[in-house]
Amino acid sequence: MAVNFVRPILPKLSPDPWAIQFDAAGHLKHLLTIEGLGATWITRILDTAEGFMSVSDRDIKKVPLLRGRTVVNLFFEASTRTRTTFELAAKRLSADVLNINLSTSATTKGESLLDTLRNIEAMQADMFVVRHEQSGAAHFIARHVAPHVSVLNAGDGWHAHPTQALLDAFTIRRIKGDFAPLRIAIVGDIKHSRVARSQIHAFNSLNVGELRVIGPRTLIPNDIEPLGVRVFHDMREGLKDVDVIIMLRLQRERMEGGLLPTEQEFYRLYGLTEEKLKWAKPDAIVMHPGPANRGVEIESRVADGPQSVILEQVSNGIGVRMAVMALCMSAES
Amino acid sequence: MIQNPPNLGIDLDPVRHPEGCRPGIDCDAWVIHGARVLDSSTHLDAITDVYIADGRIVGLGAAPAQFARLPAEHVKAEGHWLIPGVIDTWARLREPGLEHKATIATESLAAVAGGITTLCMPPDTDPVLDSIAVARFIKRRAQLAGRARVVAIGALTQGLKGELLAEMAELTEGGCVAISNAHYPVRDLRLLRRALEYAATFDILVVIQPQDPSLAKRGCAHEGTIATRLGLPGIPVSAETAPLAQLLAIIGETGARVHINNLSSRAGVRLIEQAKAEGLPITASVSAHHLWLSEMDTDALCGNAHVQPPLRSLRDRDALRQGLAEGTIDCVISDHQPHEMDAKLAPFPATEPGISGLETLLPLVLKLVDDGVITLARALDALTFKPAQLFGLPDAGHITPGARADLALINPDAFWTLDETTLRSAGRDTPFFGWDFRHQTTMTWVNGKRVFHRLTEA
Repeated sequence: MAVNFVRPILPKLSPDPWAIQFDAAGHLKHLLTIEGLGATWITRILDTAEGFMSVSDRDIKKVPLLRGRTVVNLFFEASTRTRTTFELAAKRLSADVLNINLSTSATTKGESLLDTLRNIEAMQADMFVVRHEQSGAAHFIARHVAPHVSVLNAGDGWHAHPTQALLDAFTIRRIKGDFAPLRIAIVGDIKHSRVARSQIHAFNSLNVGELRVIGPRTLIPNDIEPLGVRVFHDMREGLKDVDVIIMLRLQRERMEGGLLPTEQEFYRLYGLTEEKLKWAKPDAIVMHPGPANRGVEIESRVADGPQSVILEQVSNGIGVRMAVMALCMSAES
Repeated sequence: MIQNPPNLGIDLDPVRHPEGCRPGIDCDAWVIHGARVLDSSTHLDAITDVYIADGRIVGLGAAPAQFARLPAEHVKAEGHWLIPGVIDTWARLREPGLEHKATIATESLAAVAGGITTLCMPPDTDPVLDSIAVARFIKRRAQLAGRARVVAIGALTQGLKGELLAEMAELTEGGCVAISNAHYPVRDLRLLRRALEYAATFDILVVIQPQDPSLAKRGCAHEGTIATRLGLPGIPVSAETAPLAQLLAIIGETGARVHINNLSSRAGVRLIEQAKAEGLPITASVSAHHLWLSEMDTDALCGNAHVQPPLRSLRDRDALRQGLAEGTIDCVISDHQPHEMDAKLAPFPATEPGISGLETLLPLVLKLVDDGVITLARALDALTFKPAQLFGLPDAGHITPGARADLALINPDAFWTLDETTLRSAGRDTPFFGWDFRHQTTMTWVNGKRVFHRLTEA
């Protein structure tokens, strides 16, 4: 009987999928997700961003850090705000910027995505800023680009939007200082939100006091708790003693999938009104990754109110994106 | 066993009912010496000689009387296992319709290199396998390739559209071993019930892949912690159990023999277990990759782990293993789906689902034996005798005199690694690259003809 001759055969471990973000020397090369960055890198990015914030206040809003480099904004999904701030960030670093908007209908097959990539690579691009409707798209591109190209994820499907989470962390740090005593609540459509996923990883890496998600069961995945959040379905309970309220955008198509009955009901239960804002701490700040649906997830008076930092988020976004670009591009130079 | 439907004057498919073979052209006389012969149908596990002539096994141990006169080829097989050729009841060969992915010729070679001698091909070809003409075309292509036997599973509904019944009786007469709507749903339950009733009239096996299209809509991964973390649209377990429970209720009323294809969840295994305990005529299969992989393997966002039904939790995987060990799950399939390179070169949700599984089916199941999950007898039963019984292939799947000489000679201590050079399938889409295996097919016979020999093969 030869059966006794057994060698334990274990499946080989796949390399850590987040390791691809770093080059051989351990320096940040791509920014695809917050996972794997840890407090060290997040803090380094935020500190660098702090330095870049003053550039926007100068008469000549430019530093020559990326002069002669080409940044390509590769947007497979419509976006105005994110694309513009990436473009501004690149221009303030003196890079040449190319905006390419591709509707995904023309590139539904993977081969054309790779083809697109190869074609732009041939134009000697140094950095791709990618937005795509499929989760994992930025990873896929980072895995297949030429070795000298850096990839920044500007949002992939429901997966990650790391620069948004970083600019939110930056905004909170500027206003509140330390994360340890803070209670942060993310409200609304968590399930379909790449912003929420990246925020959860970022705030937990920064050792936030407590992180909550608030919403109806249809918009909160069953298995979200292991990511380090407390789930609330009631707005009053969820907002109690909260320092930071992050409202997420509610896509209109969610009503069609039967996730919600009506916008009105969502607004009544979870829309942030002045009245509901009182349930949080009196000095709580209100954030929104934009663009906000006024009257759906947030009341205009709150969005424009004294506790809102929504516009600060936008201007901070430029500094944070400059920092990420500068750090990723310094990897190979 | 399948009853033969009445002969309507149509040429019966010799693939299912072979007319014998011409010595020296279609088959040869062979003596396989000294192998450990394993046959789960007779609980045979002994070192003995096997004699093959006219495409059949003619003797075990001692040479039959007439054998001495035949010019026979001899194989010294000491240290090897001789098993009945594996019967893979669910393998897509992509022909006709998707020849840019693979062809019957490429995949039937991959099959025999993996110890598989019979492939059952689901009806989701283009054109759909709802007419005898397509079944015949497939048979011809397989005969031309001259490797594994390929038998067709006919369509349950015309064009797989779930609207009108396909000509099931004629299809089975023409050689189809079962009928199925593949992964296309039959949304109209009345039609499904009638399809089962009609199939039961002729005692035709119906293969059903339970997945509710609305619950699985746009999903690409098991709805669980990993999908939540990666932001992948999830497929809940209820996408499998809800249609399964519905189906069980209908089977109870129709008495049709139903084979549940490719179970993926613990709850699914439980439903099958209960149904079997109640005496329903139901059987089930699981794919080899669901016995080894889980949602954890979707972590790397690698498209090769994108399959339907999805790889579920470790708990589900363990329940599938247990179900196989206890016999709740009857057989193991490859769920072979070869793809061209581009189909997997995309972000995870945009990749086409499926694994090229022919060459890992037998090694993965025997690896379960090494790990003490199932016994060797159960492993071989699930790959050979059981599928032969279920799919009406009475002279395959066992090594007894008179049985068809479909055999695989296995080196149980080959220790090999799956890589680009060892894979023969046209589909390179496997998550098992880099895996180490112990068992490897050395030679394969189909109908008494040696169709694969690892050493002489280029």
